[in-house]
Amino acid sequence: MSGLDQIFVWIGHRAAGWFPASVQPLVSAVLAIAGVMAVFGTCFALTTLAERKVLGRMQNRFGPNRVGPYGLLQPLADAVKMLTKEDIVPFSADKTLHFLAPLVLTVPVWLAFAVLPFGRNMSAINLDAGILFFFAVGSASELAVFMAGWSSQNKYSLVGAMRAIAQMISYEVPLVLSVVPVLMLAGSLELNDIVAAQGTYTFGGLARWNVFTPWGLAGLILFLIAATAESNRSPFDLPEGESEIIAGFLTEYSGFKYALFFLGEYLGLFAVTGLAVTLFLGGWHAPFQWLEWVPSWFWFAAKFGALIFLFIWVRATLPRLRLDQLLNFSWRFLVPLSLINLLVAAAWYWTGAWKFPVVAPIRWLLCAALIALPYHWLGRALRGAMPPPRKYIYAE
Amino acid sequence: MSASTLPSELAEPASDHQLLEVSLGPQHPSTHGVFRMDVSLDGEMVVKLKPVFGYLHRNHEKIAEKCSYLGSIPYTDRLDYICSLTNNWAYAMTVEKLAGLVAPERAEYIRVILSELTRLINHSALAGFLLQDMGALGTPLMYAFREREKILDLFESLTGARMMCNYMRFGGCRCDLPPGWIEQTRSLVANFPSFLDEFEALLTGNEILQARTEGVGVLTPQLAVNAGVTGPMLRATGVNYDIRKVDAYGVYGRFSFRVPLGERGDVFDRYMIRILEMRESLKILEQALRDIPAGPIIDPKAKLRNLRPKPGEAYGRIEGPKGELGFYLISDGGPNPYRYRIRPPSLINLTILEDMCLGQTIADAVVILGSVDIVLGEVDR
Amino acid sequence: MNGFGIIKGMIETARNFVGSYHDAQRLTTVQYPEQKLPPVENARTIPFLVFDGDDAMAGLRCTACVICEKECPPQCIYIVKDQVKKPDYVGKMQMQPKVFDIDISVCMSCGICVEVCPFDAIKMDQVFELSTGDRFGKLLLDKHQLAKPNDYFVKIHKTEASEIDVRREEDKRKAEAAAAAKAAAPKSPATPGAAK
Repeated sequence: MSGLDQIFVWIGHRAAGWFPASVQPLVSAVLAIAGVMAVFGTCFALTTLAERKVLGRMQNRFGPNRVGPYGLLQPLADAVKMLTKEDIVPFSADKTLHFLAPLVLTVPVWLAFAVLPFGRNMSAINLDAGILFFFAVGSASELAVFMAGWSSQNKYSLVGAMRAIAQMISYEVPLVLSVVPVLMLAGSLELNDIVAAQGTYTFGGLARWNVFTPWGLAGLILFLIAATAESNRSPFDLPEGESEIIAGFLTEYSGFKYALFFLGEYLGLFAVTGLAVTLFLGGWHAPFQWLEWVPSWFWFAAKFGALIFLFIWVRATLPRLRLDQLLNFSWRFLVPLSLINLLVAAAWYWTGAWKFPVVAPIRWLLCAALIALPYHWLGRALRGAMPPPRKYIYAE
Repeated sequence: MSASTLPSELAEPASDHQLLEVSLGPQHPSTHGVFRMDVSLDGEMVVKLKPVFGYLHRNHEKIAEKCSYLGSIPYTDRLDYICSLTNNWAYAMTVEKLAGLVAPERAEYIRVILSELTRLINHSALAGFLLQDMGALGTPLMYAFREREKILDLFESLTGARMMCNYMRFGGCRCDLPPGWIEQTRSLVANFPSFLDEFEALLTGNEILQARTEGVGVLTPQLAVNAGVTGPMLRATGVNYDIRKVDAYGVYGRFSFRVPLGERGDVFDRYMIRILEMRESLKILEQALRDIPAGPIIDPKAKLRNLRPKPGEAYGRIEGPKGELGFYLISDGGPNPYRYRIRPPSLINLTILEDMCLGQTIADAVVILGSVDIVLGEVDR
Repeated sequence: MNGFGIIKGMIETARNFVGSYHDAQRLTTVQYPEQKLPPVENARTIPFLVFDGDDAMAGLRCTACVICEKECPPQCIYIVKDQVKKPDYVGKMQMQPKVFDIDISVCMSCGICVEVCPFDAIKMDQVFELSTGDRFGKLLLDKHQLAKPNDYFVKIHKTEASEIDVRREEDKRKAEAAAAAKAAAPKSPATPGAAK
């Protein structure tokens, strides 16, 4: 265990050590909170910049590069702009709800970070039912979004809020269901245990992450799709689909409240990304045994960054779904598939006891087929009867 | 949104709930300018849609009746500001008919080249805007604009302006091609298919795009013909009507190209037809760049200033990128037209918007509007 | 196929992401205030008045014939003729403008004034960055602000300007020869030498 690995833990202990023993738990909790808020607050600022830069590059543009070197001060400029803008509250709005909605969105999202293990011995609290806690606080955002949409007294806001509710409730189901296989095989609801279960190495040093199993790969993809929808990101950004309903539930928000909504959405994205890293990508474990010497928090950050990049990449590529297609996609594709994924996980568990030569590839392919075939059939069923391929006649 | 107690609203037929009336536009991110749709929504479904236009009305036709024949040309640039050169051509052609001028062959070739380049600009930008309306965050649009930029550079080096070209004159063109222009255009034409391939790789096979466009906004050939729809909109329904073939105006009769026809008339067909048309345009461009003759570029009889055509009337039409673009002029022998009238394809293609949108969701309505390909400068004039 | 189109599209965006770092064909952006595109010879922005020699007002080619004022589609040119005539380049007495204003906030850069001018007196400039908060002070240009030397015209529109210069030299020579031939003879009215 290198010193660098535990440096944050050590700093925390030393700082708490200066206080009398009776307040030490409180102090270390405050330190953890401050650390999480500082790191992910910065992360929010950097992600907004990185998103615009990466989107720009994918669209063959430069992206923001005027404020500071390489545009690095752009988030600061944005913050100043947001804070100095007039905070407009519509005359007919329900003022209390209109004020509360951004807060209701932002505060619970911070709570979700409490249970995530960011590195070895680096989680704010070790809850036995950590993952339940995570989903419980995570679902508060639906309330906030609906509060925002309803209180604005704007038709676009209301349509956006209705879309958001339909979407978030629908996608909560596959989000939770895709996690269940992990819980089944790890046998625990505590995130640290789940990370520890992925901490061994096989095949000459390759990590035993869940994503390397068929159910884990399928689970990760399902989880990411559902997480995209949960955090209202493209291609599931219907609640604020700007080409249809202006800005959806955000239409009547401006200035700092608008910024708070963005903060809340990005933090929600970070939280689910962190959870995906923890559940499927081995948490803070290194991908190869010989890379164990690299600090654990670096691995968490690297995987986290890679997933955020993936989200940005998807956003740059895909058009938006329609509401009915969105709901069909959830209920007729993601939910059945995540249920089947449970069976695949069970099959994986049973076949673990098999003992004959070259068992590992056979077991892998078998389980992969178990999930791939339903994927194919459900996909066919979702798209309905395929019309014959289009023919384009050329008239001379 | 609160329940109204008006008796008339309670007596609304076959529905125990109120409709949500939304005014999409004139300031709305995806109405392509200042267009407004008064939409009645049942949940997300459109049950009534009333297009409202005129927010960009600039009195173009009346101004043109006060302007000399030459002075109207810059104004035609501003009709469909994405395709100023085809507008120029349609107007110049009408005045030529009216005044009995004949453009020299080289000028006709230049016109063909410019108008096909314009078609490339228009169709690629349209596909980009359509995807933008679908929420693709501008990536296809940026790719389209990247290529458009290269074509606009060619326009600038030829005409002096990127968008408001003001290039064609009755009886020919304003100035000859600068040295090296043909070679630059040739290399652009040679590179364009790789952009189209990239565009198609990004979009055509995309499941979300297919889901969003297949069966959406279906237009039947009968309705399209009855409503006077022209251009790619009409051809997407399978009706073979391309004025480049029907009239063979200019020197179009000399080129071999095909007219792609759709079969279902939905948004996907409209998107695809435009992609295929771009590939055909490239063929025309190759032939035109190969065959362009030397010679004068303007009819020596053409008198730009103080043109007074004999009393009479003329209708000139071309296959603009958006459809049949026609100009109708009546001369009373004076220095300015007695009557000046435009047949704008955007406006006429827009008239069937409600028929296509009824029963679809609001998200579809936006996409259908995007697939109609309107430019408000032309709709409102 | 389920999802393969999406993956294909994502590969395409990734290619563009990488390509934007090394391929000039992809990243076509020019970072404007620092980098500028080389000027295009045909480019046109607003009109200016060409003068010959060093004295702007004496060398102004404009003869206040008001053709451009009449033809200008948005009617942004305003001309008042001066009663005092001045000799033009071939020595013939011509009218001159007392007032020549162009409201460049109305001008739509069409270049029709240039096309109709028989004296090569008005040409299209290539200046841009003209935006200002002072609508009438900075955007309503008078003849002093509009007048620019012929050298400048040669600089921005090389081909066109040198053709015109050659033509004008020719006219000048002819006029001088004619003047020398008829040195003793009384002056007879002649058509303007530079007419197209």
